[in-house]
Amino acid sequence: MKPFRFSVSLAALIVTASLIVMAQNPAPANAPRGNAENGRVLFAKFGCYECHGREAQGSTATGPRLGPNPIAYNRFLSYIRKPAGEMPPYTAKVVTDPQAADIYAFLQALPRPPAVESIPLLRP
Amino acid sequence: MRRTRKFSVDRRSFLKGAAVAGAATLAAPTGVAQGPPAPAQRAAAVPRPSPGVETGTPPEVDVLTTERCGSDFMVDVIKALDMDYICSNPGSSFRALHESVINYGGNQRPEFLTCCHEESSVAMAHGYSKIEGKPLGVLAHGTVGLQHAAMAIYNAYCDRAPVYIIVGNSIDATMRRPGVEWAHSVQDAAAMVRDYVKWDDLPISLPHFAESAVRAYKMAMTPPMLPVLLVADAELQERPIHETDKLRIPKLTRTSPPQGDSGAVAEAARLLAAAQSPVIIADRAARTPAGLKYLIELAETLQAPVIDQGGRMNFPSRHPLNQSSRGRALVADADVILGLELTDFWGTVNAYRDQLERSSRSITKAGAKLISITALDLYAKANYQDFQRYAEIDVAMAADAEATLPALIEAVKKLITPDRKNAFQARGVKLASASQAALEQSRTDATYAWDASPISTARLSAELWAQIKTEDWSLVSTSLSGWPQRLWTFDKYYQYIGGSGGAGVGYGAPAAVGAALANKKYGRLSVNFQNDGDLMYAPGVLWTAAHHRIPLLSVMHNNRAYHQEVMHLQRMSNRHNRGIERPHIGTTIDDPNVDYSKMAQSMGLYAEGPITDPKDLGPAIKRAIAAVKRGDAALLDVVTQPR
Repeated sequence: MKPFRFSVSLAALIVTASLIVMAQNPAPANAPRGNAENGRVLFAKFGCYECHGREAQGSTATGPRLGPNPIAYNRFLSYIRKPAGEMPPYTAKVVTDPQAADIYAFLQALPRPPAVESIPLLRP
Repeated sequence: MRRTRKFSVDRRSFLKGAAVAGAATLAAPTGVAQGPPAPAQRAAAVPRPSPGVETGTPPEVDVLTTERCGSDFMVDVIKALDMDYICSNPGSSFRALHESVINYGGNQRPEFLTCCHEESSVAMAHGYSKIEGKPLGVLAHGTVGLQHAAMAIYNAYCDRAPVYIIVGNSIDATMRRPGVEWAHSVQDAAAMVRDYVKWDDLPISLPHFAESAVRAYKMAMTPPMLPVLLVADAELQERPIHETDKLRIPKLTRTSPPQGDSGAVAEAARLLAAAQSPVIIADRAARTPAGLKYLIELAETLQAPVIDQGGRMNFPSRHPLNQSSRGRALVADADVILGLELTDFWGTVNAYRDQLERSSRSITKAGAKLISITALDLYAKANYQDFQRYAEIDVAMAADAEATLPALIEAVKKLITPDRKNAFQARGVKLASASQAALEQSRTDATYAWDASPISTARLSAELWAQIKTEDWSLVSTSLSGWPQRLWTFDKYYQYIGGSGGAGVGYGAPAAVGAALANKKYGRLSVNFQNDGDLMYAPGVLWTAAHHRIPLLSVMHNNRAYHQEVMHLQRMSNRHNRGIERPHIGTTIDDPNVDYSKMAQSMGLYAEGPITDPKDLGPAIKRAIAAVKRGDAALLDVVTQPR
């Protein structure tokens, strides 16, 4: 149990450090126009949901939250092509730039979650 | 030897006579055949009597019954070892022992629990031991039963859990019934699992059985605690005990767990007291509630952060020194790292990258000192590689961590100067602040996908916590993507039991039932996050829970997949760059979706589901808890996010 879990959690933290913090930064205005609806389909079809959840909410066990407010598009695209951590690479052969743009649009379009104070179950 | 041969003749006559006499009784009304059977027919009649035998005149036999047999004494031994239960799927190679448990022993301490798979029997014992701190017995065939049990034994071995297994076997080939008994006999039953049991034996007499049984218990309970196995020969079980047999049960003396060498303890204390950024990391450190108490005392004495890797309930989740969520950063910043019963010290202080070129690097800073206390240094085997990569330790104690902690605490206390105490307090303030920030971050993180369907694991954790937090609860499963540790308040030893050990899938459901069995007498509310793939291995354990009235709430983490494998397949697909859309093939459990609530209902559980709307969760949990409080087992099938 330990070796796998720990290595995955470390890997997740690596990615978390580089992505989740950046996910809170506003996306640049020059992000390509993508189709968010198609992006949601691709997000599932290409297996992104497996580690990041179907709503890109992330998991400390596998992969960080990706949206809303994703990292800048150029960094997003650069990372999925050549990830620095544990994430499997998504080359242009399997995910084209337009498809990546659609996925990015999906991440941008994700709704803000409810405020923590508004959820009784999460109050201290 | 002579005695064995003498009995062999007796038993041969007994079996033959019993078969013939029994057949004659059955055949008498039919009057189908007349006359005595030929010798060849008689021999063949043992497994299935021939018509000739059925009406033949039974040969004269001296004894057909006995009031006291070897298996009665075996039950005396088992009772002396204070085993409350025997988990077993019934089998002919231990039919005498089974009968002795239920009749001679009165089916009390031990009580025979009917299991539907030997893997379930062992995993139940595994889960039970982590709550109750002692083994329960498992009975199985030495061949087909042990084959089924093997993976669960390996899990218990990797998880350092004491499981006590007795397998039936028929050693004397000339005594075996023709047919199945040969297929169920083996020269060396334990050979199949010898790589992952601590000790095994094949007693050839009842005094030998008694001595080995007590020895096995003692070895299983000495850290590192591990499974043990005894073979109970069928002849030995069924042979009558004579008044002249001198039988006694040896006294059980528990071995004191090994403590760390005093010099090494002093050196560890010196390093810890002088450290600027010490970190304490615990995996299976707390064997008992005392281990939890000691670890709190050590951490508070040093005001040092604790990373709980979760092999056991080592440290309270809400304690301000619990910094498990910041594990990597703390390890990277540490100048002294104390590892307590770590399975993988190397993996704790190194980062590993699973890409086309596998790579790793140390994450500790130069000069960091590593201290290890683990009983695993006292016991290792070669074939199965669960011992992980070699770690370069500065102070290594081959000792039980829990037993060593009191001496280490005292040694540290003696070294604390007023200056150091002030420094410790300042460190503690910072850590408490970080702990509070981590909790607030967890609550914020949980809001994402709060209303999603499939239901988020954070939402599921929060909904369950809301309804158990005022109860005396015990989480008898692994975590749920870490959310319970992030959102719940764990502060009692029995509130968490860690994982499977060997990552052999199929452990979860039976281990939860076994742990719930242990919790039953304390009136605790046992809750289980039940993975769907795990339940599909041997779901019959749900029936065992219902049949034996074991209260347990199972809430399914039903992501309709062996999701770990989905991710592995995705990694391979991406790496090979020739299609990334098929990782679901061979890894998912859908089309058709399994209706787990119907499955559970069919076995007598209270069950609801599938639940896909998070708004339905709260009321369903409430109803299920009401059923559990009535003494039932209950299951909620919740369709969830993957992780």
